[in-house]
Amino acid sequence: MAESYPEDLKYHPEHDWARVEGDEAVFGITWYAQDALGEVVFFDPPTVGSQLTKDEVYAEVESVKAVSDVFAPLSGEILEVNEALAEGPEKINHDPYGDGWLVKVRLSDPAEVDVLLDVTAYRDLLQSG
Amino acid sequence: MSHDPRRDEDTVTIYERSRAGRRAFTAPELDVPDVAVEEILPAAAIRRRPPQLPEVSEPEIVRHFTTLSSKNFHLDEGFYPLGSCTMKHNPKLHERLAALPGHARLHPLQDPEHAQGALELMWRLEGALGEIAGLPQVSLQPSAGSHGELAGLLLTRAYHQDRGETRTKVLTPDTAHGTNPATVTMAGYEVVKVGTSPDGEVDLDDLRDKATEDVACLMLTNPNTLGLFDTNIAEIAEIVHGVGATLYYDGANLNAVMGIARPGDMGFDIVHFNLHKTFTQPHGGGGPGAGPIAVSERIEPFLPTPQVVRHGGDNGSEPRFSLDHDRPRSIGKLRGFQGNFGVFVRSYAYICSLGGDGLREASEVAVLNANYLKARLAEQGVAEYLPVAFDRTCMHEFVLSGRGARDKLGVKTLDLAKRLLDHGVHPPTVYFPLLVEEALMIEPTETETKERLDHFANAVRAILEEAAEDPEIARGAPYTTPVRRLDEAGAAKRPVVRQGMGENPGSPERAKNRPAGAAGAI
Amino acid sequence: MSRYTSVTDTDLREMLDVIGAATMDDLFADIPKALRLQRPIELPGGRSEQEVHEELAGLAARNRHCDAEVSFLGAGMYDHYVPSLVDALTGRSEFLTPYTPYQPEISQGGLQVMFEFQTAISELTGLPVANASVYEGPSAVAAAGYLAKLETKRTRLVASRGMHPHSRAALRTHAAGYGMEVVEVPLDDRGATDPAALTEAVDDDTAAVFVQQPNFLGTVEELDELAEAGKATGALLVCAADPLPLGILKPPGEQGADICVGEGQTLGNRLDYGGPSFGFFAAGERFIRRMPGRIAGETRDVDGRRGFVLTLQTREQHIRREKATHNICTAQALNALAGVVYLSWLGRRGIVELAELMLKRTHYARGRLGLEAINAGPVVREFAVRVPDLDGLFERARAARVNPGYRLGRDYPEYEDGLLVAITERRTKADIDVLGTLLGDRARAGAHA
Repeated sequence: MAESYPEDLKYHPEHDWARVEGDEAVFGITWYAQDALGEVVFFDPPTVGSQLTKDEVYAEVESVKAVSDVFAPLSGEILEVNEALAEGPEKINHDPYGDGWLVKVRLSDPAEVDVLLDVTAYRDLLQSG
Repeated sequence: MSHDPRRDEDTVTIYERSRAGRRAFTAPELDVPDVAVEEILPAAAIRRRPPQLPEVSEPEIVRHFTTLSSKNFHLDEGFYPLGSCTMKHNPKLHERLAALPGHARLHPLQDPEHAQGALELMWRLEGALGEIAGLPQVSLQPSAGSHGELAGLLLTRAYHQDRGETRTKVLTPDTAHGTNPATVTMAGYEVVKVGTSPDGEVDLDDLRDKATEDVACLMLTNPNTLGLFDTNIAEIAEIVHGVGATLYYDGANLNAVMGIARPGDMGFDIVHFNLHKTFTQPHGGGGPGAGPIAVSERIEPFLPTPQVVRHGGDNGSEPRFSLDHDRPRSIGKLRGFQGNFGVFVRSYAYICSLGGDGLREASEVAVLNANYLKARLAEQGVAEYLPVAFDRTCMHEFVLSGRGARDKLGVKTLDLAKRLLDHGVHPPTVYFPLLVEEALMIEPTETETKERLDHFANAVRAILEEAAEDPEIARGAPYTTPVRRLDEAGAAKRPVVRQGMGENPGSPERAKNRPAGAAGAI
Repeated sequence: MSRYTSVTDTDLREMLDVIGAATMDDLFADIPKALRLQRPIELPGGRSEQEVHEELAGLAARNRHCDAEVSFLGAGMYDHYVPSLVDALTGRSEFLTPYTPYQPEISQGGLQVMFEFQTAISELTGLPVANASVYEGPSAVAAAGYLAKLETKRTRLVASRGMHPHSRAALRTHAAGYGMEVVEVPLDDRGATDPAALTEAVDDDTAAVFVQQPNFLGTVEELDELAEAGKATGALLVCAADPLPLGILKPPGEQGADICVGEGQTLGNRLDYGGPSFGFFAAGERFIRRMPGRIAGETRDVDGRRGFVLTLQTREQHIRREKATHNICTAQALNALAGVVYLSWLGRRGIVELAELMLKRTHYARGRLGLEAINAGPVVREFAVRVPDLDGLFERARAARVNPGYRLGRDYPEYEDGLLVAITERRTKADIDVLGTLLGDRARAGAHA
C-alpha cells in the first residue's frame, strides 16, 4: 500500500490514528508505523471492557524484527477489538486504516480530541523526523 | 528449480528417519535381581507411553548429523567479520586439553583435595584475567557475558544496600548491546539512556545531567560498539564515582586493548570477560561460553559463592587450593557448581600460549587489521555507498552505514549481507548499533591474513558494482547456499517449534506431504 | 608473531601505508597516555603448543576423575556413559566453530539440530513448547521465576526444600534482582515435599511454586497432589526434572506442570567439573511468547524448500532490549547437540531400558547397603541414607578408590549424617557390593527396600 494519511483522521505523535464518530472512536497505527515495523506477525488485543488512558501504552504490535508499543490517542472504554487480526495480522500492513483497525472505544473525555494532530500537522511531524 | 537433484530434496528430520525396531543403544545386562517397575514405583508415577524419541541405528545417526553439519558455514572454513563477536581462530590444542579425563571426567562435587589441578587452573586463570583487567578480584562463575552483566548489577545492588542506600536507575549509552538494557530490567533497575555525541563518544553533558544520586551504575564498553575509544573515559569515571555509582565494563570489546590499557586503570569497578570472544572458546553455534567478572576491592565481599582460595605456597611449600563457601556478604550463587570449567581450560591454555606479549600483540594486530580493512573499504567505488559512520581511527572494529547503497543503488544492508554469503564469507553484524542507519559492524580480528581482508574488500566492491548494473541480484540473494531467503514472518505468525508426532513421522509418505503450517502440538 | 597471527614486517609496512599511519602505536593515539599501561602485562611469556600441553596435562593429572575411582557421586551431575558418536559429531568444525545462526541460509544444520532438540525435550517433559536450551539447570529455575513474574505480576515464589540447593540459591540470587521473595517449604519425614506445608505457604501473591522430580534426595514426588496444592491460588507450577528418569516417570507436563526445566548434563555431556552443559526449558503453549532464550521454528524458503529459522526473536534482548523476556544471548548449542545426538542414540526404547536398569540397580543398592533410609519412598536412581561414621567411611573409601557419594550435611543440617548415593548404568552390582563392604556389610540377606 502506498504511503497515505487520510484527511478525516486525527493523529497521535506516536504514530497512532483515531477515527472519531460522536462519542466513539476507532484506533489504529499509521502507515509510517507499519512500514517501520515490517510485516506484522502478532497482535495481542486488550480485553473488551478495559479502560484506556490517553498517551499510555495499551497493546503491542509484533513484527519479525521489532515489537512496537501502541499508544492510546484518547481515553475511553474498549467496546470491541479486531478479532480478525488473530488470523491475519498482516491486515495492519495492507490496510492500516481499514481492515487493520485495532480497537473501538467509547470516549470518556471527547475534549481530548482537540490535542490530537490533523493530517497536515502529522505530515509535518514526519518530515521533521 | 536448481538442476541439482540433491538441492531440490527437502531436508528430513531424525524423527522422520525413525523406523520401529531400529536401535543404536544396548543396555548393559541386568546383573541384579529383576523386579517389576510396578513393584517399585506407584502406578500414578509411571509413564504410560515412552517419549517419542527416534529409533535409528548408529550409521543413520552419524550420517544424519554429518549431513546437517555440511549445511553450516563455520569459522574453520571462512572469514567471519561479525562486529562485537570477536570471531578469532579456535586453537585445536584446546580441544585435546579439554578432553583429558582429568578435566572432562571430573565430577564438580569431587573432594577439593582430589581436584587440586582443577582448582589451581581456576586460580591461575583468575590471576591472569585480573591482571588483564587491572582489577584483582575475580569470579569465574557467570555462564556467559549477559550472565556476567547480571552479576555486575547484582553486585552493584548489594554494594549500595550494604551502604544503606537504595538506588533505582542504571545508565547505558544508546549504543549499548541489547543485553545491557535487558539485564538492567532483570536486575530490578530502570534503564536511562545516555546520548552519543557527534564524535561517537558518550555525550558528557547528557551524562552529567543524568548522573544523579539515584543512579546505581553506568554500563559502558570501551572501545564502544562503534569501535571507538572513548577519550573522555577518565572524566566519565569521575562523574559516575562523584555520585557514588559504580562503573561497569562490558568486556565484549576487550580484544582491542589487552596489554595496552586496562579497564581497572580507566576507573571501572566491575569488568566482565567473554571467554568465547576474546579468549577463543569456540562459539559452538551459539554456546557454550563463559562470562567471568573482575572487581575492585570494595566490591569483592559480594562476589558469588564459592570462591577459589589459595593456602600456603610461600617459603617453598606446596600451595593448596580450596573452595570457600562461607561468604556472608556474597550475592550467593548464579548457577550450579563452579562455572563452565571446560571453558576455563581452553581460555587458560590460550593465555599460556600467548603470554603477556602475545596478548598485547593480539590486540595490536586486531586494531591493525580493522584499520586496514576500514581503509580498503574507504576507497573509491565503495566509500560513496558505504560511508564510514565516524571518520577517525577505529579500534578493533568499525561501523559503516549502508544508506549510500540504499539511496543510490536501491540495495539495503540486508541485501549486501545476503549476497556476501554467495562469496563464501560470513557477513558483518547488520543493523547494529541502532544509532547508525543501515549499519554494518565489521570486526576482522587478529587471526586473519592480509589476503583474506583484501578478499573481503574485493567481494564488497564486486557486489556494489554488480548492484549498480542490476540491483535485483543482491535483492534476491543468496543463490548458492543450502536454502535461500526464508519466510521469517510466517515462522513467527504460526510458530512450528517441534516435530508433530500426530501421524507416524517415520513414514516415507509423510516426508513428502508435510503440511507447511502444521501446529506443533503433541 | 604468535602462531595465531600472520602479520609479517612486509605486511605491516604495506598495511600502515594503506591506512596512512606511520607506526602501529599511532593507531592507539586515542587512548590517553595516562591510561596506557606503562609496563608489560605481568604474565609469563608465551609458550609452544607442546609446553602448554605439558603444563595443563600436569594439572589434569592431579584430579581424581570418574575413570580413576568408582563414583557414587551424583547430586545434580552424574557419571554416565557417553557414546563415541557424540564426540565424533560435536568435534566437527561445522558444529564447533560457527556463531549463533543469525544468517539462517548458512546455518540450517545448527537450526535443524535445535528444532530436533526442542522436539526431544518436549517429548521428555510432556509440554508442547521447548526452547533451544539455556545455560544449565539452576539458572533455568531462576529463569522460570522471571517468566512467572512477567506472566502473573505477583511477587512471591515458593520453593520446595527438595529442589537442588544450587537451584534454590540461584533462584534467590536472581529474585533479589527482579524483586521477589522466595519462601521455602520443608520436606516431610518421607523425604518428600510436605503437601500440607505447601498449601499453607501458597497465597494470592504467589507467582510460582517450584518442585523437583525426582527431588534432591532422589524421592519420586507425588506431582499430582503437589500440583493441586500449588496451583490452588493461580500460581504457576514449575517442575525441575532429571531427564533420564523421565523415560519411566510420568512427564511433569501430564501432572500439572506449567513449566519444566532441568539440568541436561546427563544427556550426552561431560562432567567437566560442573560445566559447560545445558539447561532445558519447556512450557505450555500459552507461554511461547514469554519464553527466554532462542527458539528454532520451521518454515519455507523462497523456492519452497523446507528450512528453519530463529523465531520469535523480538522477545529477545537484541531487539526487545529492556522489555526482553530475559537477557540471555546464547543457547548452549553445542551441548544441546550432544543432548539430541545422545537421545537419538538411546531412542524410544533405550531410554526406557536405561531408566529401568538404574531403577533396579538402585533398588538392589538400597537393600544391599542396608542403612537407615532418609527417604523411604520410591526412588529411581539416587537415594539418601544415614551413615553412623561418615568420616570413617570416606577414609576407607578413599584408600579403595571409591567415592561413596555426597555428604548431605553440607546443605541439609537436618541430615548431618546423611549420604546421597547415585546409581548410573556404569555402577555395576560388583561396584555396589564393594560399597556395601566398605560400609561394613550391614546388608540383611535377601533384603528389599
